[in-house]
Amino acid sequence: MTRERLSGWGRTIASISEVESPTSEDDVVRELAHASGAIARGLGRSYGDAAQLSGGLVLDNRSLGGIGAIAVDGVVSVGAGVSIDELLAVTIPLGWFIPVTPGTRQVTIGGAIAADVHGKNHHRDGSLGDHVLAMRLVTPEGIFTVSPTAEPELFWATIGGMGLTGVVTTVTMRLLKIETDKVLVDTTRFSNLDDVMAAMIDGDDDYRYSVAWVDCMTKGSSMGRAILTRGEHATRRDLQSPSLVAPAPTRLRVPFNAPSGLLNPWSIRAFNEVWFRSAPRRREGEEQSLGTFFHPLDGVGDWNRLYGRRGFVQYQFAVADARAESVVRAIERLCTSGVPSFLAVLKRFGPANHGVLSFPLSGWTLALDLPVGPTALPGVLDDLDEMVIEAGGRVYLAKDSRLNPAAVRVMYPRLPEFLEIKNRIDPRHQLASDLARRLNLVGK
Amino acid sequence: MENAFGQPQNVVVLGGSSDIARAITKKLCAARAHTVILAGRNQKLLDEAAREALDYGASKTDTVIFNAEDVTSAPGAVASAFDKAGDHVDLVIMAVGLLGDQVRDQSDVAAATRMMNVNFAWPVAALTEVRNRLVAQGRGRILVMSSVGSVRVRGSAYLYGGAKAGLDRLCQGMADSLIGTGVTLQLVRPGVVRTRMSEGLADAPFTTGVNEVADNVVKGLASGDLIIWSPPMLKYLFAVLRHLPGPVWRKVMDR
Repeated sequence: MTRERLSGWGRTIASISEVESPTSEDDVVRELAHASGAIARGLGRSYGDAAQLSGGLVLDNRSLGGIGAIAVDGVVSVGAGVSIDELLAVTIPLGWFIPVTPGTRQVTIGGAIAADVHGKNHHRDGSLGDHVLAMRLVTPEGIFTVSPTAEPELFWATIGGMGLTGVVTTVTMRLLKIETDKVLVDTTRFSNLDDVMAAMIDGDDDYRYSVAWVDCMTKGSSMGRAILTRGEHATRRDLQSPSLVAPAPTRLRVPFNAPSGLLNPWSIRAFNEVWFRSAPRRREGEEQSLGTFFHPLDGVGDWNRLYGRRGFVQYQFAVADARAESVVRAIERLCTSGVPSFLAVLKRFGPANHGVLSFPLSGWTLALDLPVGPTALPGVLDDLDEMVIEAGGRVYLAKDSRLNPAAVRVMYPRLPEFLEIKNRIDPRHQLASDLARRLNLVGK
Repeated sequence: MENAFGQPQNVVVLGGSSDIARAITKKLCAARAHTVILAGRNQKLLDEAAREALDYGASKTDTVIFNAEDVTSAPGAVASAFDKAGDHVDLVIMAVGLLGDQVRDQSDVAAATRMMNVNFAWPVAALTEVRNRLVAQGRGRILVMSSVGSVRVRGSAYLYGGAKAGLDRLCQGMADSLIGTGVTLQLVRPGVVRTRMSEGLADAPFTTGVNEVADNVVKGLASGDLIIWSPPMLKYLFAVLRHLPGPVWRKVMDR
């Protein structure tokens, strides 16, 4: 057992926890038996305080490894501590891809379940939880095998449950068959937000993958100018020399913390300008590797250090189609407040799944990276919360480090149901995290 | 729990009825603070401060009475405040202090001792207990009200300034000792502030109101700077003043 200072990917709200690294399900059972408070942690990619518990026990699940044999229909059992990177290294050469991947491969499967991660294909394929067939879940009240048919309540409380229903040790899911390691990508540049949103409503259904990057720093008629990239897995026939090679490991790293303030309105505006100008107005059928297309964030390791000592917050919200104007208003609010934000990610969501605290809901989602520092930022985000609530939307808990507990209750109306399920398997309230305590997601 | 912007939810204020502490508390309640425990010597003033905290958005308040002249009361007062908070404490504000009457106190051994007890010994005893508790939590913040008067102690206020200087320097060391514990300590060095405590004093240059101090504190909690100056400009002014030759210093500061 070691005492470690832990924080999320945003490098804010650090705290000290006792850390244990269980290597087997039995270890997890033993640890949970005597811990007064515990939470599982993977690769620490949630942005806020979801995978730490000050003064309590953190179970670093990275040693819960193991990748089983892949069945002919793509079903595979994976240890919860396996990262998507490690999984793809094994599966891509065999012609299988993970059915849903977030913007980085550096997350564990367990963490991906806890956050019910989504990717560029949510409008088609839903989130990761939709592809999970079964999980082994260690709770203070024993070990459960949960699935959409066995213990379905506990299963759907665990999908997106932020690790608060127990420690997932093994996940069985169905992989996606791929013929090559390339994606055929169509890129289109739009000079304003309305145009890109119209194009996404119009054409997203024709593509498995779609995402737009939006510039939140330009005002006036080019407010919300954007680059829309959409793609499909390339088939063998599409390519002259098809291959199946897993993405290479990241070579570049940011070696030390940049000074706070490196990312300021001027530098971000300049970056956005270069990035926007360098995209083609329109390009079709470009071959991109899986890594380039899905995991642009993995190009540089520890990039979160660029935000300096104070760190950054990510704000991601979802609203229904009928309230698409919320997306416009949010970007307007940021533009006018002068709060700098890096390229924002805009995406269409398909229908929600049954996850009790799962984030996605049918409509739109916008994610913003915001350096901590500007005095106006806390107030601007509180205003956006109100706007999101008014539009019947919600903010993503895996990204959060600043929500108000009262707001969470409105955004996640099924929270009482979640707590009821949680109380059943955790009557002494052992499972907790700093995030859960901050947002009052668990009993004291 | 505190959030990414240094906005606390559970706050303990030692010296909770002081005007500056009340202004800070109000702003914290307007952000995320929901539990505020106010400790001090005057029940009536503490009750007023508690009502104010509720008005500004707190949902739970309580009070603790102590006498800062009695150093042995410190650990008990801290324990009682933490118990009443009930959960992890995110922020402890140390705002205990007594300006005193320099001319009267400097020839009175008992009065000089009292100035040291209230402004230095009691705060240090209490901070020791606070430190233990926050380190055990694995997180938390301490905000200590110092004074620009501690940067270079003036002849005309050496009891107050000297005690604050002791507290200020001790806390800088304590802040360093906390690195790696998840706990941080920050010092606030306000200039002259219009409060009950400074009533009757002539306005010095850069005199501010309590709300400006509170604004600077809220910014400082977000930035994490070890020393929060109010107004921020004093940092640069005192970088010069503290190095003035004695005769010039006395002429400028002890008119």
